[in-house]
Amino acid sequence: MEARFTRAKSPLLERALGRPRGEVALGAFALLFSELVQYCQRRVYSVAELQARLARLGHQGPVWRALFGKEADKLEQANDDPRTYYVIEREPLVNAYISVPRENSTLNCAAFAAGLVEAVLGASGFPAKVTAHWHKGTTLMIKFDEAVIARDKSLEGR
Amino acid sequence: MVFLTNKNPCTETKVMIKSELFVLTYGALVAQLCKDYEKDEDVNTCLDRMGYAIGIRLIDDFLARSAVKRCRSYSETADMIAQVAFKMYLGVTPSVSCSSAAGNEFSLILDKNPLVDFVEELPAERASLCYCNLLCGVIRGALEIVHLAAEVTFLQDRLKGDAVTEIGITFLRKAEDRKHRRNK
Repeated sequence: MEARFTRAKSPLLERALGRPRGEVALGAFALLFSELVQYCQRRVYSVAELQARLARLGHQGPVWRALFGKEADKLEQANDDPRTYYVIEREPLVNAYISVPRENSTLNCAAFAAGLVEAVLGASGFPAKVTAHWHKGTTLMIKFDEAVIARDKSLEGR
Repeated sequence: MVFLTNKNPCTETKVMIKSELFVLTYGALVAQLCKDYEKDEDVNTCLDRMGYAIGIRLIDDFLARSAVKRCRSYSETADMIAQVAFKMYLGVTPSVSCSSAAGNEFSLILDKNPLVDFVEELPAERASLCYCNLLCGVIRGALEIVHLAAEVTFLQDRLKGDAVTEIGITFLRKAEDRKHRRNK
């Protein structure tokens, strides 16, 4: 996906990511992410709020291309709604080292991934709302804005 | 509470992720801390504490994946941190120099620092922020698990306008003292 900058925030955001980037051991990321989740957890009073915080964190860092280096296990489109797609990951990377006790079972740290994906799509000109759910592993539900679908249709017509 | 699972990162020897994910996650963390704490010192302390919590676990991963032999001196330890650990986790190799005659103070100069890849400069209201302070905590925590007490701080920081980014490691007990205690 070609990244398009619709708002010039600063010269930094317009700098091309040309230089080949390196890789980091999963263990290091997992530990960092674990600390991040625990930090957020100490400051909220409900699971929903924690998940919202993680989603906001994922959204804060501008992301210009796919970060996870592998394709998700499955991509589906909702039958009843052309705006909605589901990305299914049986064992999402961000949850690999997080164990959630039963009382917090609705928590899904993939909310962070949802925030990232939402930021990517937004920055690339495909605004959408992305949420994380427990379903077949972890499912990211991507709901594109009306404008995106309308644009798609008008391109198909050509 | 959310905990790390028993799944051992050490067994995932070949699994790597893109450094951007790591760097941007770190940036999101620092941004959040800046929202939650007004004073730079508080953010720095928090980063150091979190780094420590990470370091005490990261050392296991490091020892398993690097299979290095036990270091026999502070100098070997400092080299190990710079040339093996930094390389393994951040893909860079800071240069090491010993900065005291007693042989227990070292300085790591980071020519490249991937953690600040997307950071141009510190905002004016955050002039005392040690953006990478997590690293100090990580090193300190990791060393503590292998029974080496040390103070680790940023001596210079390019983000603050210094010429280089320099981490200072001061080992707190002489090697001879440790050996002496062990032989009792």
